[in-house]
Amino acid sequence: MMFDSKLQQTICNAILMLVAFAMIAPLVLLFISSITDENVLIARGYSFFPEKLSLEAYRYILNNSTTIAVAYGISILVTIAGTLLAMLVTTMMSFSLSIRGLPGKNVISFFVLFTMLFNGGLVPSYILWTSLGIVNTLWAYILPFLLTNAFNIIIIRSYFQANIPEDVYDSAKIDGAGYFRVFLQIGLPLAKPIIVTIGLFVCLGYWNDWQNGLYFITDANLFSIQVLLNRMNQNVQAVLAYTGLSSDTLAKMPQVSIRMAIAYVAILPILIAYPFLEKYFASGILSGAVKG
Amino acid sequence: MWTKIKRLRPYIPLYLMMLPCAVYLIVNNYIPMGGIISAFKTFRASDGLLRSPWVGFKNFEYVFSSNDFDIIVRNTLLYNAAFIIVNNVVGIMLAILISSVISNRLRKLYQSSILLPFTMSMVVISYIVFAFLSQENGLLNNTIFKNNPVEWYTVKTWWPFILVIVQCWKYVGYGTLIYIAGIAAIDRSLYEACAIDGGGTWHKIRYVTLPALVPSIVTLFILQVGRISYSDFGLFYLVPKNSGLLFNVTATIDTYVYNALVQPGGIGRSAAVGLIQAVVGFILVLLSNALVRKISSRNAIF
Repeated sequence: MMFDSKLQQTICNAILMLVAFAMIAPLVLLFISSITDENVLIARGYSFFPEKLSLEAYRYILNNSTTIAVAYGISILVTIAGTLLAMLVTTMMSFSLSIRGLPGKNVISFFVLFTMLFNGGLVPSYILWTSLGIVNTLWAYILPFLLTNAFNIIIIRSYFQANIPEDVYDSAKIDGAGYFRVFLQIGLPLAKPIIVTIGLFVCLGYWNDWQNGLYFITDANLFSIQVLLNRMNQNVQAVLAYTGLSSDTLAKMPQVSIRMAIAYVAILPILIAYPFLEKYFASGILSGAVKG
Repeated sequence: MWTKIKRLRPYIPLYLMMLPCAVYLIVNNYIPMGGIISAFKTFRASDGLLRSPWVGFKNFEYVFSSNDFDIIVRNTLLYNAAFIIVNNVVGIMLAILISSVISNRLRKLYQSSILLPFTMSMVVISYIVFAFLSQENGLLNNTIFKNNPVEWYTVKTWWPFILVIVQCWKYVGYGTLIYIAGIAAIDRSLYEACAIDGGGTWHKIRYVTLPALVPSIVTLFILQVGRISYSDFGLFYLVPKNSGLLFNVTATIDTYVYNALVQPGGIGRSAAVGLIQAVVGFILVLLSNALVRKISSRNAIF
């Protein structure tokens, strides 16, 4: 198209190979650091080509730390429950707003849209959610800020409007099916592509979220993997000491590499799923989805 | 009245289906909007927000009396300006390069790799950055800066560059993808026509590609300007490890709001700054949306 000659193609590919390398290399460094021998790591620092490899950090995670396993479980639970609940709440609103002739539709649309324009900021939200008793419960990961937003509601509503012909509803009504059954049996299956796409972004938002944990979780037993990582950033030992490990076991912990190992374990599901889901990410971005 | 209710009856299931979402938006969005009164109060947890005493503009006076406010406003605006420029320029260049690659497989590989960092959490990214910048063990101090190691987390000089690079690494794929789609929509015969007229690569980019991208560029630009009072909390809080010594170059409105909130007695200041941010954000979103609607109504949010 723009770079047609052979030389231009070569230069083009060379530049892009460098860019692709720059994009992936930091993740490779993270992985290599996690399998670098602890002593080498302390003596020689992080390196793409360490002198000695070791799986000690992963062995330590497997053998000693229930905290990490629990945190991982909490992340999985919150991500699945949060995404399902979020998509149910969002699609029910989107579907309803896509019905032509619904009395009060404009008012409700404005009610949804206005949340994009103005917000009360962190302090009022913090005071309100705290007073609702979600502190140190798993709801703190699911409800505040992340459950639904006007962007997602509008994108899915547009999809319903564009892809579900009006007479589907009419025939459904004649058959005696109520709107809720139409939603379940016709609406959801037809809207599957956009639901998967937006659901993926919501899912990613839950998996990667650490802010709700920062605001509302102080109980170390309830740390998700991201929150655990964030707290470990400040002090590895203090966090893992919650597990009741003996000081002897703690002293043997490979402190530097274990952080990298946990960080790598935290991105592993994304790395595994990415090749299969990348096209949905792409279509999500093009339809205007925002993360979380 | 009765007939009106009767008319609504078939829609009752729809209203019930909207209810959970409506309740959520009221709790998560609307009640906190009313909570902006916290900016004019001294919050006492024991009294609750409503019964805490009013203090007028005292919180704002406190905020304006220190240098901090100027610094966080300056940083938020300048960083956002830098991000908008760098992301769009790099994004357009990458999109032009990627779109030109003939091999389908390579093109897909490039596209996948630039989008991958977008899926990473800021916590993990802060670990990766630490692997590069750690004073004793970091990759940079062990290689390029071996002879005169830098105390990265205490020296301010480099942080504007570090933050722009990290930000670009994570988010550039987003814009690039949009520009790739924009280029894919260009009629190929325009390039052929350009070539027949003797136009080289530069002419094709200058007179075919870029003009075709202008609507996307303007739209993205305006939407980004509309969010210029907000910053990525994770980027500015986690990546510099909330280091106090770096305050002048890494503090933004969002890190200030959080740090004040968790400080004893800081909640009023936090609320005051948050309110200013929300009001400015509100005006900017309205303006930018009005502009977008004029240029490309499809991308306007309302």
